Amino acid sequence: MSLFSGRDLVCVRGDRRVFAGLAFDLPPGGAVLLSGPNGSGKSSLLRLMAGLLRPAGGDLIWDGAPIAADPEAHRARLRYVGHLNAIKPVLTAAENVAFWARHAGAGEADVGRALAGFALTPLAHVAGRLLSSGQRRRVALARLLAAPGEVWLLDEPSVGLDQASLAHLSTAIAMHRAAGGRVAVATHTPIDMPGAQTLALADFADSVPLTVGSDW
Amino acid sequence: MSLFANVVARDLRLALRQRGDAVMVVLFFVLAAMLFPFAVGPEPNLLARLAAGVIWVTALLAVLLSLERLFLADFEDGSLELLVLAPGPLSLTVLAKVLAHWLTTGLPLIAAAPLIALLYNMDVSALPVLALAMLLGTPSLSLTGAVGAALTLGARRGGVLVPLLVLPLYIPVLIFGVAAIDATLAGLSARPHLLFLAAIFLVMLVVAPLAAAAALRQAVE
Amino acid sequence: MNMHRFANPGRFVRLAERILPWSGALAVLALAAGLYLSLFVSPADYQQGDSVRIMYVHVPAAWMALFVYTVIAAASASALIWRHPLADLVARASAPVGAGFTFLALATGSLWGKPMWGTWWVWDARLTSVLVLFFLYLGHMALSNAFDDQSRGNRAAAVLALVGFVNVPIIKFSVDWWSTLHQPASVMRLDGPTIHPSMLWPLLVMAVGFKLYYVSIMLLRVKSEVMAARLRARSMAAVEAT
Repeated sequence: MSLFSGRDLVCVRGDRRVFAGLAFDLPPGGAVLLSGPNGSGKSSLLRLMAGLLRPAGGDLIWDGAPIAADPEAHRARLRYVGHLNAIKPVLTAAENVAFWARHAGAGEADVGRALAGFALTPLAHVAGRLLSSGQRRRVALARLLAAPGEVWLLDEPSVGLDQASLAHLSTAIAMHRAAGGRVAVATHTPIDMPGAQTLALADFADSVPLTVGSDW
Repeated sequence: MSLFANVVARDLRLALRQRGDAVMVVLFFVLAAMLFPFAVGPEPNLLARLAAGVIWVTALLAVLLSLERLFLADFEDGSLELLVLAPGPLSLTVLAKVLAHWLTTGLPLIAAAPLIALLYNMDVSALPVLALAMLLGTPSLSLTGAVGAALTLGARRGGVLVPLLVLPLYIPVLIFGVAAIDATLAGLSARPHLLFLAAIFLVMLVVAPLAAAAALRQAVE
Repeated sequence: MNMHRFANPGRFVRLAERILPWSGALAVLALAAGLYLSLFVSPADYQQGDSVRIMYVHVPAAWMALFVYTVIAAASASALIWRHPLADLVARASAPVGAGFTFLALATGSLWGKPMWGTWWVWDARLTSVLVLFFLYLGHMALSNAFDDQSRGNRAAAVLALVGFVNVPIIKFSVDWWSTLHQPASVMRLDGPTIHPSMLWPLLVMAVGFKLYYVSIMLLRVKSEVMAARLRARSMAAVEAT
């Protein structure tokens, strides 16, 4: 079974080391919940896992091979939902989702189903600029369903979601995992994910600044 | 649909729904060119001599004005992160965005240029060369501009910075673009100048997408 | 852990401290000797008179303008490819020095132009190319300081330096082309390799002096950047300890 894991990861932002010695394991069907106070590096870890950030140390490994050896293959299996929703105000909800589905190489077959998964069907032809912030978040999440991808990386997915939408999110994650997908979520609000391991980033906080005690 | 065509189609659709942006660029082009007669006087021979230079300089400035919308909106709304994360080479995505930018900026400028040429009393025989020179030169402007636009994403004074980075690199296009028309008007062959414009385009076609892709990766880090 | 991130700067500072007194002293010696040779020993030109002596500053400054830009491009390439932190610092430390040399070349060119051409500025191919190079330097410096995160500024400036480096020959070539179109090839001709040894020697001594000056200032600036980074780390440590 392929394993997505990180070993001894170090993250540096500016002159500060955000965390060090961090490790995680994400088997198929697995889920990891990133918790920690603001600034503890939850978003940074997700961006590291996505390959947007380069780790200052340590390795990201997929099935025994370092991800750095084939970043393209890694990008093909990820779906990332960041802080920002990436919604174009002049495109409709359906057009927004369809663009990203095509961009992931999936075609538009699942766009309708993806919108339905977050109860967006009635809003499919509403322009992005007219959507409320919770609705925009749902459109961003619908991208996950429109193009299947093995690894979901979700950064505060529940921001602005009402109870019903939260339930949709939990369902989507559960179905994704049941099909062998894996998910990493950074969140402050509890999301129902049975069997998820929790990674408390505060445990890896590294107060030793970059350069003191070294040879600088 | 391929990654490349998908991005081109989206950017064209966005431009179509925000037509105002592209129209503004052409409007600026004509308006700025209209100022010169007020500055140097309406003497027809003088204007005819200035025509090629005025057209190219105002075209450079008009392209400069349009560079901001190349990546800034994608950077601000989070699309850029997803474009960087998409499978496939990022330089190809850059190229797709540059193509869409050129189609919505360079092409309208080429269409508007004969109007200015006529206002400036330029000899009609030079019009085909003017169009050809702009056809070969304006893509280089979009390509080089993309590097400047990508590098300044997230900078404190991004808007002011782009001209400083990009204008010096525009000088070769300006020189050969004007020289091609001047040569035609003087009854000489424009061929060498046009070939140099093509050569510059080919160099930038290789260099700019790579550099802009590197800059975009830095911007989303 | 990324070893050179920690290992090299300290060694570099020690190395710099060892080189600096020598390069500094030699720079002063070479510049003094060069100035003496060019102002008192070398002959006046039979056409240009004493104003030819401006050449001994102008030409080495123009050489250095190109040389430093090449150093920046090389440092930028190694910063982007190997992420070597010292390469960033070298590029960053070099840019203002290079811009200074470029400005010196422009200013002396203009001063030389006044008696020669009767005007402060002529759109001569060489002067124009150097003027464009000056703007490339300014863009590089502005970009590297335009970000709140200094390392992003360094990397953006590195990309710009490489793009600029590819473009420098294109710009140079097109400006030469442009200038032959617009004026008969004339103006400044430093009769190339046939320059008389009595003029060549002062020129070379000055060039060596300029280069040593650049090396000294660059080492000093990189050293102080490393020191500043240490200082930031200390104050960060103090903040996080509380």
